Amino acid sequence: MLLIPCPWCGPRDETEFSCGGEAHIARPKEPATLSDAAWADYLFSRRNTKGQHHERWVHTHGCRRWFNVERDTRTHEITNVYLMGAPRPGAKEG
Amino acid sequence: MDRYSLSNLIRNARRGGGTWSRAWRDAEPKPAYDIVIIGGGGHGLATAYYLAKEHGVANVGVVEKGWIGGGNTGRNTTIIRSNYLWDESAALYEKSLKLYEGLSHDLNFNIMFSQRGVLNLAHTEGDLREIARRTAAVRLNGIDSEFLTTAQVKAMVPILNTSANARYPVLGASLQRRGGVARHDAVAWGLARAADARGVDIIQNCEVTGFDIKDGRVTGVRTSRGPIAAKKVGIVVAGHSSVLADMAGFRLPIESHPLQAAVSEPIKPVLDTVVMSGTVHVYVSQSDRGELVMGAGIDAYTSYAQRGSPAVIETMMASAVDLFPIFSRLRMMRQWGGVVDVCPDASPIIGTTPVEGLYVNAGWGTGGFKATPGSGWVFAHQIARGEPHTLAVPLALSRFASGALIDEHGAAAVSH
Repeated sequence: MLLIPCPWCGPRDETEFSCGGEAHIARPKEPATLSDAAWADYLFSRRNTKGQHHERWVHTHGCRRWFNVERDTRTHEITNVYLMGAPRPGAKEG
Repeated sequence: MDRYSLSNLIRNARRGGGTWSRAWRDAEPKPAYDIVIIGGGGHGLATAYYLAKEHGVANVGVVEKGWIGGGNTGRNTTIIRSNYLWDESAALYEKSLKLYEGLSHDLNFNIMFSQRGVLNLAHTEGDLREIARRTAAVRLNGIDSEFLTTAQVKAMVPILNTSANARYPVLGASLQRRGGVARHDAVAWGLARAADARGVDIIQNCEVTGFDIKDGRVTGVRTSRGPIAAKKVGIVVAGHSSVLADMAGFRLPIESHPLQAAVSEPIKPVLDTVVMSGTVHVYVSQSDRGELVMGAGIDAYTSYAQRGSPAVIETMMASAVDLFPIFSRLRMMRQWGGVVDVCPDASPIIGTTPVEGLYVNAGWGTGGFKATPGSGWVFAHQIARGEPHTLAVPLALSRFASGALIDEHGAAAVSH
């Protein structure tokens, strides 16, 4: 069971939250000119990292706010929690 | 290899027993193979077996990072059925079911396939309509499927709570009589033994750490036991497809989730069929040892840890007790998790990759065991001939760009 540190409510049980999947997937800037392959990559392909994974969670049964979590998918250890819109921790560019 | 037969059983007993030769060799990796299969689970072993048997390619090495059948093959709830909604899925799963029906004889190994029937329960008006639609669609594909009323369900499974006062009353069910369960370890062992007998090397404790790719074409794999050259390579790794794809430099539309299951203490026979409920969300069968085998849905987050959160097990147990009040005092013996690779449309990916000579068979999600022989059958065809088997054409990776998805989210009948 994950103990998720909500930035507003503090550490709460996983069952209070909903997982929103991979974070930092940017919508294509020019959708009209995008190829089918690029659309497929945006819509369906995922990093699915084994290790440090960045994902979105929402505190459904609490403050109902979204935030990002950095979690190790090998151990489930949560190593970082940061606000929506903040860059990926350790990322070279946005 | 000793053939398993009554005469050999008697001969062995006369010798005092214990003189059976080992079922498959503990092969050392050769420097090169025609084909390397990554992943010694059911699907990988079936691929190797059919490569040798159907396509005459015996110079095959199956590399497995742990022991064969130690991943999802040994962790699933062993349900086999082919009552899928869409034509593409129905054809493939029915091919697999037909192969299962002859597999014990074909492999000379008892996989204990028990066609005890699979029931999918309806609990709401919406469920009823959906099950009626599915039953009709499945029958149109020539696959057996029946609709049962509540009274018929009660007659078949007397211990099921069919009271009209239940929170989610049983309003009916679909039944596939040819569905059932098989011994999952035996499927892996039988395929390994039969593949080995045809010359396939099964190399355990050999983890792939990278690919050798030259001019866009795969030339071999790097492993924890040294490099192995190969003309063609097949990735059949269940819970680690994205990791292998990343090593080869391409992305997959896959996310890996924990899927949990549990067994109770053994009890006398109480359940002689498989009961699945999507609405109450649990599936149950009773093993030959008397344990009740149960599973439910995936955990919401991605994970490679082969375990999930207890809350999922708790919900599953609540569902089981809701459907079967008689189970309420049972003690659960074991609970475990596996890593399932889930595709956006809940259908697998079988076919070519951006790397020439490198093929992928992945994304079976929560329902791969039932597809084991069929998956191996079509993937062996793909690798040996370099072109997809008719049944696998719609399952190519390119469907995510073309948009021709095969939405089987409802097919698991539990994992909506």
